Amino acid sequence: MLRIKNLEAGYGKLRVLKRISMHVDSGEIVTIIGANGAGKTTLLYTIAGIIKAGAGEIQLLGAPIIRTKPEKIVAAGCSLVPEGRQVFATLSVRENLILGGYVQYKRKKFQPDQELRFIYDIFPVLQDRESQLAGTLSGGEQQMLAMGRALMAKPQLIMLDEPSTGLAPLIVKNIFQIILKLRAAGNTVLLIEQNAKAALGIADRGYVLETGKIILQGPAEDLLVNKDVQRAYLGREVCNEGARCDLD
Amino acid sequence: MTSQLFFQYLVAGITYGSIYAIVAIGFNIIYNTTGIINFAQGEFVMLGGMLAISLHSMLPLPLAIGLAVLITMLIGALIEIIFIRWLKSPSILRMIIITIGISILIREAALHVWGEGVRSLPYFNGNEITTIQLWGTNISPQVLWVISVCSIIVLLLSIFFKYTSLGQEMRACAANRLAATLCGISTKNMVTFSFMLSAGIGALAGCVVSPITYTQYDSGTGLAIKGFTVAVLGGLGNSMAAVAAGILLGIIEAFSVSVVPLAFQDAISIALLLLILFIRPHGLFGSKEAAGLKDF
Repeated sequence: MLRIKNLEAGYGKLRVLKRISMHVDSGEIVTIIGANGAGKTTLLYTIAGIIKAGAGEIQLLGAPIIRTKPEKIVAAGCSLVPEGRQVFATLSVRENLILGGYVQYKRKKFQPDQELRFIYDIFPVLQDRESQLAGTLSGGEQQMLAMGRALMAKPQLIMLDEPSTGLAPLIVKNIFQIILKLRAAGNTVLLIEQNAKAALGIADRGYVLETGKIILQGPAEDLLVNKDVQRAYLGREVCNEGARCDLD
Repeated sequence: MTSQLFFQYLVAGITYGSIYAIVAIGFNIIYNTTGIINFAQGEFVMLGGMLAISLHSMLPLPLAIGLAVLITMLIGALIEIIFIRWLKSPSILRMIIITIGISILIREAALHVWGEGVRSLPYFNGNEITTIQLWGTNISPQVLWVISVCSIIVLLLSIFFKYTSLGQEMRACAANRLAATLCGISTKNMVTFSFMLSAGIGALAGCVVSPITYTQYDSGTGLAIKGFTVAVLGGLGNSMAAVAAGILLGIIEAFSVSVVPLAFQDAISIALLLLILFIRPHGLFGSKEAAGLKDF
């Protein structure tokens, strides 16, 4: 599905991503975890074409998409749900969703009602709010709207940037269940999270990003029990659980 | 003041006010998609009038106006493509200075092409002295043309932005550029469309107002200042507020004639602009919170 080789990118002279290589296979949930400033968002923005890559390769479904315009990448089947609920605040929920289907109706095979029903099945709350302005929704609803809008483009690969930021734990749980539902429906998900435990809990595979480099990768279960990951990202002091832990 | 005089002032105020509103809406359309003030907006109004006058020597009036509007839209698109589109994340200030440069360029080109002469389109119905009796006052039919064309422009624009897919894409681009890009909308094309649209409505306004105010190579500057005042007065980016603010400014100007000499009319709108910028920079109808989030 997505294959990245030796990717380098950054802002001006500042190099944020340093020779990143990774891949996402069809039907997987892959998560990238890492601390603030590790380059997680930069990586997603580079894949989506918002940030121009300096060097390396990105392939989506076998076709190179490096230096492709962001709107072409969406049309090629890769949608990004940015962090912080970037909805069209002054438009209604329905209008937001219809605009999400932009690349579909450009191809003249768009049946808005059918597509909307599909989204409302996943996010029933959006149907109740259909004619409300998106800016008046709660944080969790806006996150669902942003996800629903991305799904309207019928992406092969959906990339989520910190969907749990600033949401109440119950809503976070709800969002993660929806991500699982998306995979069950045949979607491929690339998930970026600071909430490493929850992300690894639902993912198939994971990558650990630190200061622009991938320092660890593997099946999610392995990462969950990895001592370095536990110490750095799961907030669990390994020594508290270990039998021998002395103050030395 | 007799009631007859009162209505006369009122109608004059509404007439000029609707022109100011149209210029202000032109500012707002571009402001919404790019975040900049296009100081060449007044020049679009002048170009529309001048082109229609020149074309009218060969073509019937409606055709001349239609063609003038189309050519101005094309010029608007070209300006955006040549001067704005290729800039990589330009600062707001840089883009504003570019639009000031463009306005000077257009004005000088117009001076070269049409000379200094004052021209005008013929009255659409009748002539200078034709009047219609309304509420005991005499109104030129052209005044009704101005008011109705402006109302139709406002109505069509709100339908365009609400119900057409292109209009919604432009609103999406205005609401959140990043999210619009991530929906697959080409924000650069939307900016080009917004320049075309505001050039087109500016040109149309320039045509209907030409018989009353006359058109000269530099008549855009004054209108741009009035339009800018109105846009700020209403709250930048809000087109419905611009209509209200435009008519308000028009009426204030018209009634000021009865108190202060005519020569001070422009001073009044400038004074109002300064006052608004000092006291309520977010406009009469704008919200302070929203203004705080904007760069400009």
